[in-house]
Amino acid sequence: MAVPTSSSVDLSAALVLGPTTVADWLVILPVAWCFAIGALLVMLRRAIGLHPIIAVAGLAGLVLIDALLLAHVATKGPVTMVMGRWLPPFGIAFTVDLTGALFALVAAIVALAGGIFSLADINDSGRRYGFYPFLMLLMAGVSGAFLTGDVFNLYVWFEVLLISSFGLLVLGSEPEQIDGTVKYGFLNLVATTLFLVATGYLYAVFGTLNMADIARKAESLRSGAPLMTLTALYVLAFGMKAAAFPVNFWLPASYHTPRVVVSALFAGLLTKVGIYALIRVMVMLFPVEREELSFVMALAGALTMIVGVLGALAQTDFRRILGYLVVSGIGSMLAGIAVGGPGGIGGAIFYALHSMLVMTGLYFAAGIAARLGGGSSIATVSGLYRKNVGFAALTLMLCFAVSGLPPFSGFWPKVMLVKAALDIGAWWLAATLLLAGFCTVIATGRLFLLAYWRDDAGAAVETVRLPSTVLAPLAALSLLTLGIGLYPEPLLATIQSAATGLAEPSAYLNSVFPAGGLQ
Amino acid sequence: MKSVIFRTVAPFLTSLMTLFSIFVLLRGHNEPGGGFIGGLIAVSGLAIYGIAHGVETVRHAIYFHPLAIAGAGLFAATVAGLISLYAHVPFMTGLWIYPSFFGVEMPLSTVMLFDTGVYLVVVGSISSVALSLEERGGE
Repeated sequence: MAVPTSSSVDLSAALVLGPTTVADWLVILPVAWCFAIGALLVMLRRAIGLHPIIAVAGLAGLVLIDALLLAHVATKGPVTMVMGRWLPPFGIAFTVDLTGALFALVAAIVALAGGIFSLADINDSGRRYGFYPFLMLLMAGVSGAFLTGDVFNLYVWFEVLLISSFGLLVLGSEPEQIDGTVKYGFLNLVATTLFLVATGYLYAVFGTLNMADIARKAESLRSGAPLMTLTALYVLAFGMKAAAFPVNFWLPASYHTPRVVVSALFAGLLTKVGIYALIRVMVMLFPVEREELSFVMALAGALTMIVGVLGALAQTDFRRILGYLVVSGIGSMLAGIAVGGPGGIGGAIFYALHSMLVMTGLYFAAGIAARLGGGSSIATVSGLYRKNVGFAALTLMLCFAVSGLPPFSGFWPKVMLVKAALDIGAWWLAATLLLAGFCTVIATGRLFLLAYWRDDAGAAVETVRLPSTVLAPLAALSLLTLGIGLYPEPLLATIQSAATGLAEPSAYLNSVFPAGGLQ
Repeated sequence: MKSVIFRTVAPFLTSLMTLFSIFVLLRGHNEPGGGFIGGLIAVSGLAIYGIAHGVETVRHAIYFHPLAIAGAGLFAATVAGLISLYAHVPFMTGLWIYPSFFGVEMPLSTVMLFDTGVYLVVVGSISSVALSLEERGGE
């Protein structure tokens, strides 16, 4: 160990020398917080009675931190912190703009709802296998992916959340779960490898992995460098992660096997990380290439929507139906990215946030329905409406929301997307969006009709009371959906400026390279 | 394992390897070495001890559950990053202090704390895998 020598080298060329304020720490705090709580839970592995308390308190703290971060970013613009105070592009930068902060906040809300729901859903053996540590580490990965400003670092966060998701998927170790996990794991590892290959290629072309640096260098490299190939590789990698057609089959094959709360969190979080990465790379880093790939993306989006709703119509298992609805939602977001412009990108972001809340809520509903009805097939479960009216009402709200009907949160992004598609003359895309919405109404209507409204012939149905830890997260998500649907202006305004910030990232670049930077 | 020679040598070998792993860990700041490789050497030592004297003996010897050790390492690494908060510098900036013990100046840094965290994570997670493999394979 050598003592660092003191000399008169000009450090300002390599290091950030200005003091870092506590507010700047909000950038890294979500990740560090999740890691610290996760590590604490791993250490306390025997005290499983403490796990839920610490984890739920930790997730509540995460929501608070992310809310403060969003407020900070909304007032100050994008914020950057470089690890170990090395100047970018050499130091790894965490750069948070409105898009990242919004995604991180909604992810934290979904995770908190999942944490509370898990109190009743995860038994002692699940706790002993480490559900709560895995949940915290998953959130570390998800938060890191939303907040980082470095492409390779993004890959690392994908790995972190992937490893944690493996742990959550096999919780219970039933053969069916292992089967689902193998499909999930294999496809995701292929996607991750593609992502890594693309990133290696990117580094070879640009000589940098910092997103801001890439964004400002792309213009000068465009004539000679194979940026189209790069973008196409990223589209394929992130499309796999997001379960876009034709690489969507792993999602319905694996999302119905794990614990309910695990599928709920995955449906809410994981595919949206793929969408977020796609938006970040396509819109901010390679806007010209996005324009070129627009038609392919639109086609993939339209097919994803159709395949999703057709699958949902064909299934009878509650959770499988939801799995296909997740896929169909991904199609809408892809359509938004393909259309581009503030309307398209804003619509895609809005749809992703809405989908995180609604799909998680619907998976909760599927779990409760299985508990009340004694099965997950809507061919056999019936009379849920009579068993618990409040629960049925909450589910109906979410069904309306996922179908894009007013006055719920699904309506506004759908309007934005359809309008954006019509504005560029892609009438067929707008028609597909509306058709997918219509089919979703049929799929959820069928679900509600069979499982909730249909009465058991002759059987006397008694009202079943549900514990508040089960009902509260569902109610919170449903009411949030309703609130956003009734009063969308603040969120809409934030999303519009987030989309503008992605399309014209000068504020983002300024945050990373304050004085124009090196070179 | 039945061999008397192996059973006799194993404890010495394990203690030597553990000592060497700490040496490699501390050496790693400016020269080849570090937490990861140090941790691997320590785990190899534990594995040898486990082959010679059984997994139960090893579990007893390391006292804490391997995963708890890994958790402590992760926690230490996170704390190493968070210390920067009090110095008003960005996350994971290397900070040094030079306390003297008995007249000898001893440089300590957050970098070293982080590396120790890595060491513990590697020791914990790999030994957890190695021990459960040995447990299953022996029967």
